Amino acid sequence: MREKEIVFCKGGGCTAKLGAGVLGKILDKLPRQKDENLLIGFEGSDDAAVYKLADNLAIVQTLDFFPPMVDDPYTFGQIAAANALSDIYAMGGDVKTALNIVCFPESYDMNILGKILQGGAEKVAEAGGVLCGGHSINDDGVKYGLSVTGVIDPNKIRPNDKCQKGDVLILTKPLGVGLVCSAARVNMCHEKTMAEAVKSMTFLNKYAAKIADEFDIHACTDVTGFGLLGHLSEMTKGSFTAVIDSKNVPYIKNARKFADEFLYTAAAQKNRNFVGDKVKFYIDDFAMEEILFDPQTSGGLLFAVSEKDALNMLEKIKTLGMPCGIIGKIEEKEDFEIKVI
Amino acid sequence: MIKKVNALGLTCPLPVIETKKALEEIEKGTVEVLVDNEIAVQNLSKMADQLKMDHSFTKEEENVYKVEIIKGEGIEKEPAPVFEAISCAPAGKKVVVISDKNMGVGDEALGKVLMKGFIFALTQLDKVPDTIIFYNSGAFISIEGSESIEDLKKLEEAGTEILTCGTCLNHYGIAEKLAVGSVTNMYVIAETMMNAGSIVKP
Repeated sequence: MREKEIVFCKGGGCTAKLGAGVLGKILDKLPRQKDENLLIGFEGSDDAAVYKLADNLAIVQTLDFFPPMVDDPYTFGQIAAANALSDIYAMGGDVKTALNIVCFPESYDMNILGKILQGGAEKVAEAGGVLCGGHSINDDGVKYGLSVTGVIDPNKIRPNDKCQKGDVLILTKPLGVGLVCSAARVNMCHEKTMAEAVKSMTFLNKYAAKIADEFDIHACTDVTGFGLLGHLSEMTKGSFTAVIDSKNVPYIKNARKFADEFLYTAAAQKNRNFVGDKVKFYIDDFAMEEILFDPQTSGGLLFAVSEKDALNMLEKIKTLGMPCGIIGKIEEKEDFEIKVI
Repeated sequence: MIKKVNALGLTCPLPVIETKKALEEIEKGTVEVLVDNEIAVQNLSKMADQLKMDHSFTKEEENVYKVEIIKGEGIEKEPAPVFEAISCAPAGKKVVVISDKNMGVGDEALGKVLMKGFIFALTQLDKVPDTIIFYNSGAFISIEGSESIEDLKKLEEAGTEILTCGTCLNHYGIAEKLAVGSVTNMYVIAETMMNAGSIVKP
């Protein structure tokens, strides 16, 4: 038991991500190689890289790993894998192969690692992919994730920034898992609330992505460490204004309570610093602001879909059993990139 | 009064939680918090804003920031309406209902320790419960030989009414051994629970 306490929950998951602000500065300085087959790389701060192999075939590559955000190693494995696989689904691809990425202290009980890997392997199998190896490092703290390769028809890529005026925004999972994990870390979170968060974090975005195939999707991203507003600003990219209707934003109910209890994470504040000046709040609801900036681990997909398809699509997404909703729309560019009403 | 919180080395939300506790402990005055990063300063400022308290910070040295939050002096005295709304705690009696000799589901030995701890914790509260009701195997807690008898007697002295279900005592053949409080019946149990302002069930 004691070992578990040392290993787990130093504030993991996507709250462990480096802030977007810091990251942007150095990424901008990296040399960019030109390759006409690289369809999606750094430029759009997109979820995964896409490289064309043939006219109708491209590979989608991504990797994601982080420290634990829950106590149970098996659950952590599931969440980390679901989170890594999600980037493939955000692009609209199919998962093919996955490799484990492991950092683990040699002195710890190897059965813990066994449980983590088991959780991860099960999610890869559920995704329809094949786990084919990995790499492990003896390290001070536990970290786990996957490098995932998928395939996609280059004509069917879902960029994260090609939304159009009039599009409707659909979010497929509830926000607030960052606040819930933060509350759990300081023992202020009820098991039932944690279970809601775990259910959401372990749920593959595969199913929502599949449903979206039937509809006219203009842009898609998964909502992870930069929070809803951070990822939304990547979608509007200075060209549009997104109007978020806060009443319709799905979130884990007790996340609001935790925000009222001031369980502020560092990552949410970094998100606020990064994107806050692009956002205008027309609501007097600080807890909701925190929820909208809350970093998500294995969050849902955010779609910009044609207005005509929105209601039908939401009805189908609802059948997945996750709190979801039509959370806003894309409008002509105004002073602020995001308006929250 | 100045209260100091050293939150160096703590990651969010811990500095905020520690500061909130410190603020709750003083009637009025200043809480001085040391944190080691700017994000923590910002999170503390957010909390102070929400609490409508004055705050300021200084950078003492590299990776050491001092945040001062002032409670109750020279600032907006009117509490925000939100705070008034919060004061609507449930009226009526607080009733603790104990239906099992163990607390929680899982290892029995642990459950027993937890229950003993829970009842002890009740004795430490500022306001003890109005009534504690024991039924089914919960009845084993109010009889001779139970490790909680001393604590229950303390609660009784502090004004808690302690009731144990008579049917249950008879069923387990321990009616003679009741060591604290009095025997009750289902009518009283039902009525007490229905009229309770809040029911706490460990």
